[in-house]
Parts: sequence; structure tokens; C-alpha cells
Amino acid sequence: MNNFTEENFSSDGVSLKKKLRRSLFKSKMRAFFLVLPLLAFLAIFFVIPIINLLSQSFLDFRYATLMPGSTQALKDWDGKSFPTEEIAKAMVIDLIQAKKNKTIGKVATRVNRELSGTRSLFTKTARAANKMEAPYMEALIKKDKKWENLKTWQAIKISSMAVTPSYLLAAVDRKYTAEGEIIQQDENRRIHVTLFLRTIEISVIVTLATLLLGYPVAFLMASLPLRTSNLLLILVLLPFWTSLLVRTTAWIAMLQSSGVVNDLLVFLGVTADDARFSLIYNKTGTLIAMTHILLPFMILPIYSVMKTISPSFVMAAKSMGATNWTAFWRVYFPMTIPGVGAGAILVFILAIGYYITPALVGGQDGQMISNIIDFHMRSSLNWNLAAALGLVLLIFILFFFWLYDRFVGIDNMKLG
Amino acid sequence: MKLKNILIGAFVGAGLATSVTAGSITVVSWGGAYTKSQVEAYHKPWMTKTGHQVVSEDYNGGLAEVKAQVDAGNVTWDLVDVEKSDAVKGCDEGLLETIDHGSLPKGADGSVATSDFIDGALTECAVANIVWSTIFAYDKSKMSNGPKTIKDFFDTSKFPGKRGLRKSPKANLEMALAADGVAAGDVYKVLGTAAGVDRAFKKLDTIKDSVVWWEAGAQPPQLLADGEVAMTTAYNGRIFNAFAGEGKPFEIVWDAQVFDMDLWVIPKGAPNKDLAMDFLKFSTATEQLAGQASWISYGPARKSSAPLVASYHNKPSLKMGPHMPTAPENFKTAIANDFEFWADNGDELTERFNSWLAK
Repeated sequence: MNNFTEENFSSDGVSLKKKLRRSLFKSKMRAFFLVLPLLAFLAIFFVIPIINLLSQSFLDFRYATLMPGSTQALKDWDGKSFPTEEIAKAMVIDLIQAKKNKTIGKVATRVNRELSGTRSLFTKTARAANKMEAPYMEALIKKDKKWENLKTWQAIKISSMAVTPSYLLAAVDRKYTAEGEIIQQDENRRIHVTLFLRTIEISVIVTLATLLLGYPVAFLMASLPLRTSNLLLILVLLPFWTSLLVRTTAWIAMLQSSGVVNDLLVFLGVTADDARFSLIYNKTGTLIAMTHILLPFMILPIYSVMKTISPSFVMAAKSMGATNWTAFWRVYFPMTIPGVGAGAILVFILAIGYYITPALVGGQDGQMISNIIDFHMRSSLNWNLAAALGLVLLIFILFFFWLYDRFVGIDNMKLG
Repeated sequence: MKLKNILIGAFVGAGLATSVTAGSITVVSWGGAYTKSQVEAYHKPWMTKTGHQVVSEDYNGGLAEVKAQVDAGNVTWDLVDVEKSDAVKGCDEGLLETIDHGSLPKGADGSVATSDFIDGALTECAVANIVWSTIFAYDKSKMSNGPKTIKDFFDTSKFPGKRGLRKSPKANLEMALAADGVAAGDVYKVLGTAAGVDRAFKKLDTIKDSVVWWEAGAQPPQLLADGEVAMTTAYNGRIFNAFAGEGKPFEIVWDAQVFDMDLWVIPKGAPNKDLAMDFLKFSTATEQLAGQASWISYGPARKSSAPLVASYHNKPSLKMGPHMPTAPENFKTAIANDFEFWADNGDELTERFNSWLAK
């Protein structure tokens, strides 16, 4: 090929191309080693823990490792016929071992998640298990009638699956049966889908509200002389630097029924003293407080983009006969889109995972999905379900990110 | 010569310093008036007696922190004040050290610990210090002819106004059934059936629209003081402290109180386990438990402490006896929180409660 004939050689006989590649490789490696500490840090303290936690949403080895015999025995059971004596024997042996190793609590907790009431069934039976004699199925039933119930065994079979769909399904209000079907959760226990939808609804409203309120402020800051705009900037930043908790509790003082806002409304005669508005401990409270708290995240990116737009563009438009509105809408606004996009996605993503504010001012209908995740992390200690809810939330965020990229374009984003 | 002396002096000094530097334990509790009562009655006397230090930390209940510390193998807490359900759950899951009940000190009347503590106060991994109770309270100054029974709490036409309730099914379902006419002794039997649960939620439905939900124990007295609610459920000690300590005109209604215990537990692998055990024994002795009851109206977990309970620490005229959950006058319709029931059904009922709330 003519490539070969055209190749140039340096004085030491090595092809120049090769030399260039080598030196490029060297500088690339140098750059790589410079960022290596950061990469390692991210991998160890960010990526691995997240993967580890998220994997809990579909992995649960507890039952399978702690009760190996019954896990093996239940593998071949069809889930419909009554369990055999062999299964019962394996169960009793496992129970004795779990009692001895003090792991029975973990096992009982796991099975109880599939069927309420099995927790005490396991701990009670385990206490008596070492005195049991064949036939074991009869011995179990003699100890507690619940062992006769097919549902108990089905719950155990589901618990014994190390790779389990239970948690992810529970995160979307479904459940997995021993027959391998996926069915809806009982009606009065469905909650997650409602909360996911509400979380998105609140996030969208907050994003729109911060945009409506923040855009004019950013515009004012960008167009005023430096000294005044700096003062305004400080006014925007001051709440930004104040603790989140302080700002949230300040809203409680403002909005509660004997608070400043209601007192003022009663004084002005807008409402009667005994018919004060419920502005807090509900969705309204969550919306107001979150909008205020997230406002700087909208203003700052928009402001930083507006700062770079030369006023001559609008003037030029006007000089060519555009009205104020046309000059703004057709010339100025499109140039601020990168800032609006950045602000909107920042606020939206922060809002979708918001937790302290709804917990404090949300009451009953202002709660978001993060409050349920917190509940499962802290109170019920069902970290698997918390991980599953987190995974679903992450998928939501990635989906919205993709949507954003599709319609606005991620390259159009400017954070300042 | 001089240098040598200085060196010797330094070494001796250092040696003395280490022998004098006593141990230190981290004791974790619920904060506020409750932690204060423990500091006064347990921590201070123990520090004077042994010369060791107690570092007091606050938390909001639950086993999450203990679980995280034990799982990570980096335990920093030595002793934690937990609710009974958590004491048993944590023990089952292997998060807590087991406690030898035989090593606990005898009561002041000479009875052995196992018979001196009230029923259920000693579990495999925990020793109770107090009996506390969920009651409901109202502001006397705003309601001269106040509610008398749990039925009144659920009657918003007779007693208009908002109601404060804890954002948890616990105690609420029990109280709802009691208000619906179920006897205290049958509450858990009824709640054990699907129809009973429906019945409890149906009763809660009748006041759902006027409920303000609280989570931390310090909230209900605040809600009452702000006039945010007409009446609210609360932990009895918090309401007591609001009127004994701050002179608030609050009145407790004891009908259908749901009582429970708080217990000391030692996380598995606690750094100063022996000292923590010593503190545990000291603090659950007869006098200390009785002493704590002069700071807050929670009942001591030892029978032998009851006769020693006197009056509020800075008000000799305010006798503590009638303010205790266990006072006979208050105890007539009391419901004992059934741990086993909640351990079995807590997850499911909480799910149902949360979904009921979200509707």
C-alpha cells in the first residue's frame, strides 16, 4: 500500500508514526496516573458501596446459607402439594442448628417478610426442635398448627431463593407466589407506586415553580449594575448557606395555623379565626418549603448563563423592528436555555430524592418515596426493600436524564 | 543529673497519669428530659463512685446504628437505651451481648433480681430500667370540661379540634379498638384477626381528616402548647415534664394507656463491655431506679423501687406516685404493649398504615 511507501523514518530508524504514538501513550499514561487516586477513591467509596447495596435488592443469601438442608429439600417441591416428611426432617435439623448458632432470629425475620406471623413460629419451634422425634411433620404440626398451612411452606420456599424477585416486585406493589406467578399486592398494602407518582409530581411542580420564580430574579441580577446585582446575589446566597434544617423549621413557624402567615390573613380579614388555612403538614407545606430551599439551584445556573449574553443582541433585534416580547422570546430566551436546562435538571434531581423537608413538613399526603426508603433503612431494617426502592428511583432518574438528553441535549447544559 | 531527674519525673508522671486516667463509656439514649433524668440519677453517681467517665449521646431509637456498627465491626457505643421490640429483635439477630441475669444486684429488700424486676423486664440481652406509657393529653386552659375517656378522643363532634397522633400503627390501633368498645385485655386478640384490623382502621378513619402526625417525643407537648391540636397522644413523661418543669396547664387522660418498657442493651463487641456491664448493674439497682423517678414520671422496672419513689426533684409538694403509669388509679384500663404481636405483624401493619395514610 502507498501508506507503507510514504512512511517517514527518524534518524534512529524508528517510524515517526510509532514515535508519536509512543509519546502520546506516555502522556496519556501520565494523565491517567494523575487521576488514578481520584478514580480509586470513587471506586472504593462510591461505586462499590452503591453496587453492593443495590445488589441487595435482588440477592438475599440469608435463608439459603443459614438453613441449607431445608433449602435443598424445598428446591424440588412444587409448591402445591403438601410437603413431604423429608422436607419436615430437613427443617427440624436446620432449626436445631440455627438455634445453636443463634441465627434463628435472622432466619425468622427473613421468612416473616413473606408471611406475617412466621417470625414467632420459627423462634418458638426452634426452641422445642431438639426434642422432636420422627415423624417430624406431625411433631411440627403438634407444636404449632401453622405448620399445617400450605402458605407457611410457600413463604419458606420463596425465602430460600438466594436470587429473589420479592424485593424488586414489592417496590412496585407486586408479589411473587410459590407457583412462580407475579400478582398484585393486597389492595390495602399498596403504597409504593402511589408514592413514586407523587414524588415525580412534587418534583415537577417544584421545578416549574422555581423556574417561574427564579428566572426573573436571575434576569434582574444579570441586568442590574454590578454593585446592586452583587447585593442581590448575596440575598440569594444567604439562605443557600443557611442550614437546611433551620430553613425548614422556619417555614413551620411561618405556616402553622397559629403562624405568621395565618395571623396576617386573619388580621386582613381574608379568613376567619376558626377557619385558618392548613398550609403545613401536608403537600402544600412540602411544595412551599421545597420551592424555597431549591430556588438558588435554579437561579445560579441561569444567572451565570445570562451574564455571558451581550445586551447588544437584544438591541440589534429591536433595531430591526422586533417588539420587546419578540426580542425576548426569539432572541434572548433561546440563549438562556442551557442555564434553564441545567437549573431544571439540578432542581429536579435534587427534588426527587428530597427527604428531610417532606419528613418535617409533609404530614400525611406530603411524604415522598425517600421517606419510605428511610423508614426501611432505619425502622424496619428491611435494607433489601430499601435497596430495591432505591434502584427503582435510580432507574427513574436515569430515564429522566435520557429524556432530557433526547429533547434538550446534555451538551446544551451549562452549570456556570 | 538534672536531666535524669526530669526524665524520671516525666516517666513517673506519665505512669501516674495512665493509672489515674479512668475508663470511659458511651451511653446512648433518647435525649431531652429523659436523658437528663438518667444523667442525674445514673451517670453522675456512677462517675463519682467509680471515677470513670460517661459520654452521653442522643439518638432517635431504632436498631439501624447498632446494626451498622456491629456489621462494620467498628462498635463505638457501649450501652443503648432501646424499646422492648428492638431489644428482642436485636437479640434474635445477634446484634447484642447476652446478659447474665444472675449477676444483677439484689433488690433493696433482699429479693433476687429475677423476682424483683417486673414481668418482662429481663430478656436474654436486655435489662429494663423504666415503664413508660402512651397516653393522651389536652390543654386544661383551653378546654375546661375536658375529655375523660378514649371515646372522647375519637369524638370530634363533642370535642372539636385537631388530634395529634404518632405516625406509626403502634398504640394507635390499640387505642382505636379501645375507643370502639374492645376491653383492654382483648385488644390483641381482636387485632390478631383481619376483621379486627379493619375495625381499628375504620375507627381511625373517623378522625383521619383532623389528625396532625408526630414522630419525635418532644413534638406533642409543643403541638399542644402552640394550640396546633386540641388533644394529642404523647409519652406520659414528656407531658409530665411540660407541666411540672415548665408549668404548662396540660392534663393527662389515662384511659386506655398503652404501656411499654425501655431497656439497656450492650451492642455486640462494645469497646468497654465490662465497664458498661458495671454501669448497667449500678443504674438498675433499686435506689438509682427510684432516683430517676424523681426527675421524670416513668415507673421504675423494679418492684423494690416503688416504695422509695417520692416527689419531684425540686418540688417536694409534687408527689410522683399519682403521675406514674403504674399508679392503680391510672392503670385500670391499661393495655400492655404486646411485643410478640408487633414483632410478627409490625411490618405488615406498618405497610398497611403507611398506605392508609397515603390515601
